[in-house]
Amino acid sequence: MQNMIKVGMADLKVVKEPDALTTLGLGSCVGIAIYDNLKKIAGLAHIMLPDSTLIKNNANKAKFADTAIEIMIDEMIKQGASMSRMTAKITGGSQMFSFGNGSSDLMKIGYRNTVATKEILGKLNIPILAEDTGGNHGRTIEFYSVNGDLQVKTIGHGIKII
Amino acid sequence: MGFTLEDMNNMYIDVLKEIGNIGSGNAASALAKMIQKRIDMDVPNVRLLSFDDVSGVLGGEEMVVAGIYFQVEGDIDGNIMFLLDISSSKILTSMLMGRSEHTGELDEMDRSALQEIGNILSGSYICSLSALTGLNIKLSVPSLCIDMAGAILSVPAIQFSQTFDKVLLIETVLTEGDTLVKGNFFLMPDTDSFEKLLSSLGVYR
Repeated sequence: MQNMIKVGMADLKVVKEPDALTTLGLGSCVGIAIYDNLKKIAGLAHIMLPDSTLIKNNANKAKFADTAIEIMIDEMIKQGASMSRMTAKITGGSQMFSFGNGSSDLMKIGYRNTVATKEILGKLNIPILAEDTGGNHGRTIEFYSVNGDLQVKTIGHGIKII
Repeated sequence: MGFTLEDMNNMYIDVLKEIGNIGSGNAASALAKMIQKRIDMDVPNVRLLSFDDVSGVLGGEEMVVAGIYFQVEGDIDGNIMFLLDISSSKILTSMLMGRSEHTGELDEMDRSALQEIGNILSGSYICSLSALTGLNIKLSVPSLCIDMAGAILSVPAIQFSQTFDKVLLIETVLTEGDTLVKGNFFLMPDTDSFEKLLSSLGVYR
């Protein structure tokens, strides 16, 4: 029996084969999917902000790209994954709204989340195998521990597997 | 000393609800003038929601909704979002354009009508807020997005999450004859502005 486990906003989960992870309606947030292909261990984080050190209200570690990746990797290792085998796929980081007068920092948060995520994964030497980021639309994703596939569903922009 | 969630007690909620009521009165008369029909507007509920509960209000993260977003500037900074489900959006645009019924997709005219409705409602809310506080508050032009509720709500959730773990929701109900339309306002002043706002209203030192 394959369970589909939901990851909420500012949340992260780790599962083993055959379970799958999903997060619904990603907008400016970024979905970070990390996978150990040998042990079939999958982790998915739904982060809202790039950097925990810039925000006072930072108790929820799953909210930030830096701390979420860190604790998700720890959890995956605890369950038997090896960091050297980890690969990543990232989605989200849309700009849902725009204002004509050059976008404010808040409007660019999706882009900043994406950039921060890539930087952190780069520093940890976790290769990014695929990404579907940016644009101005929402995404619902499903991440399968069986094969590491990440399905991306949208409204009006089709459905694909990366 | 910063403003924290613990400070967000019932008194503040009552004040914000009252502002909502006054603002909705203005909004209803502005809309009524436009479509030349009597419209009633009510604020049945003001509440603080956590992220996870927010999209449930609109029928789940994947429910397609219309969000109209404004930047607030002047003495306070922040954002306002007005959210409607698709059937309510169709009812409202039909009201505005004098059509009996809306079938099919929302087109460019509908999108522009929705932005205008958002403008009137948010403008009225901001006007009453400005009048009550004596603060100079301005609204930007509207930006409209029709997509998954979760994706749209991620924008105010992210902004709010920098200070609180909750979002302030002001529910509004518009009635015209037998037709009832439910909308949701999200009010998101930044932290300093929240203090300024509440102290202007005499509820925060």
